[in-house]
Amino acid sequence: MGHIVLEKVKKKFGDVTVIPPLDLEVEDGEFVVFVGPSGCGKSTLLRLIAGLEDVSSGVIRINGQDATSVPPAKRGLAMVFQSYALYPHMTVRKNISFPLRMAKMDKAEQERRVEQAAAVLNLTDYLDRRPGQLSGGQRQRVAIGRAIVREPAAFLFDEPLSNLDAALRVGMRLEISGLHKRLETTMIYVTHDQVEAMTMADKIVVLHDGKIEQVGSPLELYRAPCNLFVAGFIGSPKMNFIDGEKAEEFNAHTIGIRSEHLVPSPTEGLWKGQVGLSEHLGSDTFLHVHMEKHAEPITVRSGGEVDIHHGDTIYLTPDKGHIYRFDDHGLRVD
Amino acid sequence: MATLDSRTISRMMMAPAVFLLLVWMLVPLTMTFYFSFKKFLPLRGGDLGWVGFENYIRFVTSSSFWPSVQATLAIVGGVLLITVFFAILLALLLDQPMWGQGIVRILVIAPFFVMPTVSALVWKNMFMDPVNGLFAHLWKFFGLAPFEWLSQASLLSVTMIVSWQWLPFATLILLTAIQSLDREQLEAAEIDGASTLARFYHIILPHLGQAITIVILIQTIFLLSIFAEIFVTTQGSFGTKTLTYLIFQRVLESQNVGLGSAGGVYAIILANIVAIFLMRIVGKNLDK
Ligand SMILES: Nc1ncnc2c1ncn2[C@@H]1O[C@H](COP(=O)(O)OP(=O)(O)OP(=O)(O)O)[C@@H](O)[C@H]1O
Ligand SMILES: [Mg+2]
Repeated sequence: MGHIVLEKVKKKFGDVTVIPPLDLEVEDGEFVVFVGPSGCGKSTLLRLIAGLEDVSSGVIRINGQDATSVPPAKRGLAMVFQSYALYPHMTVRKNISFPLRMAKMDKAEQERRVEQAAAVLNLTDYLDRRPGQLSGGQRQRVAIGRAIVREPAAFLFDEPLSNLDAALRVGMRLEISGLHKRLETTMIYVTHDQVEAMTMADKIVVLHDGKIEQVGSPLELYRAPCNLFVAGFIGSPKMNFIDGEKAEEFNAHTIGIRSEHLVPSPTEGLWKGQVGLSEHLGSDTFLHVHMEKHAEPITVRSGGEVDIHHGDTIYLTPDKGHIYRFDDHGLRVD
Repeated sequence: MATLDSRTISRMMMAPAVFLLLVWMLVPLTMTFYFSFKKFLPLRGGDLGWVGFENYIRFVTSSSFWPSVQATLAIVGGVLLITVFFAILLALLLDQPMWGQGIVRILVIAPFFVMPTVSALVWKNMFMDPVNGLFAHLWKFFGLAPFEWLSQASLLSVTMIVSWQWLPFATLILLTAIQSLDREQLEAAEIDGASTLARFYHIILPHLGQAITIVILIQTIFLLSIFAEIFVTTQGSFGTKTLTYLIFQRVLESQNVGLGSAGGVYAIILANIVAIFLMRIVGKNLDK
């Protein structure tokens, strides 16, 4: 069971309000990802849920019970830190069993749970090593192991993959997703990487300056972002925004169009521009197209092996069904 | 090849310093050995020739020898216990965010800047004096007879004075060690259900292990040779005669350089025994 509700939760550090009153519900068994730019309050929100910070006002309920002033250990949550926070002087076995030893659990049961977690996480061969003798990915798994053995109501992850290299990150992403499928425990996962958010989440919470901009499934956010911020944040490459005359033709203050919804053509189309840089990824090529009266280049996706070169004139035609229109407050209008 | 060259060069560059250190150490050491085999009484005839091991035998068979070794070890051990224990407490306290932190930290470090002679005199005359001392006034306030610290609890008094001087050093080292502890480790332990005491025992104390080892080793080296505190307080009476003080008495009060030198050699041996002993117990902490 891991049903977490935040009601009007607010956090101030001194005079600075980092989290204005905020409501959020995390269902039991859900994989929720908090995503947002650096400094937007993701870690703070997670630490409020964990109990490492006290809320300035508001209520946190865990499984229906008011947990606002319950100490972290009693909340039944486990947390995995960005720095892993392993205990350097203890072996991997001791690290993983630490929460069990603190709970004075029966020795045989401790042993059983540690072995089981180690088997799940491929750590069996490393149980007698110290954290200093492990690679980054292995340390990460030890940190996860320490969280699993407690059989918590929910897991909290604070950017657990940001210290790993790109290849390992993809691997660990799958492992954590796999773990969620198997354990079916609530997970709250903080990241600033929207790819992690899109690939792992059941539900994404987009944060901006401590405020929730939008909550929804990855595809909901991709298909129907409610404002400019979410539209620009979700999706890779970033959505193109166009304002001025071209937007007015669509009765909007700003229009947004994703690179995959623009059709490039060397001969004809709605908008005319010049090709600047192009990024060849093999399967796709992203063209940066410069249009008159637009400082920002427009990113366009085209096939992997296109015959378009720097300086060529190009015409772009947006896919009418995928144009997002925003009013002058940045909110999307249908 | 470059590394081989630079290694040779760096050895050559270090040579003068190493040479100087060697001379610095070897000359007094050789002289101590040299005099320890002589009968040398500066005011009573000077160099009276070789005497073999007589000085060594006389020094250990003197009735003051074993008591002085015991006093030395008692003071060193006592000061180590007191300073490490209180330094851990103080470091934990000073690490807490509080108002006026900077000033408090400077105040805590202050005793270290006071010369040993001065601080011993201050303790002797201002605190422990049975007539005018603050402690005497305190005792009188509660209707008790003033306690004669330096004669009735002389070893304890000297240990207290020396501990007061060395507490800042230990506190400073342990404070920096505590500050280098990753806060997330403590937070992780908190979430893992460790109580404040368990967090101290399982996380903070192991983290401090190395720093405590360093404090113990450095303090031992200096404490084995404390002198000024004893000189200005008890003059070696009431069981506070340490090995260093005994050597001083043999050389300067009895004007017997040979006998004192033999004592010096014993002091070197004692220091080495203590060092080996310490390395066995705590030295393994340094490998980590
Ligand atoms: N202990 C603190 N005291 C004062 N301000 C703080 C404290 N902790 C965080 N803040 C401020 O709160 C804001 C949110 O910080 P937080 O760490 O939650 O950001 P974040 O979204 O996790 O960013 P990142 O992606 O860089 O980790 C920041 O502006 C930060 O400066
Ligand atoms: Mg953060």
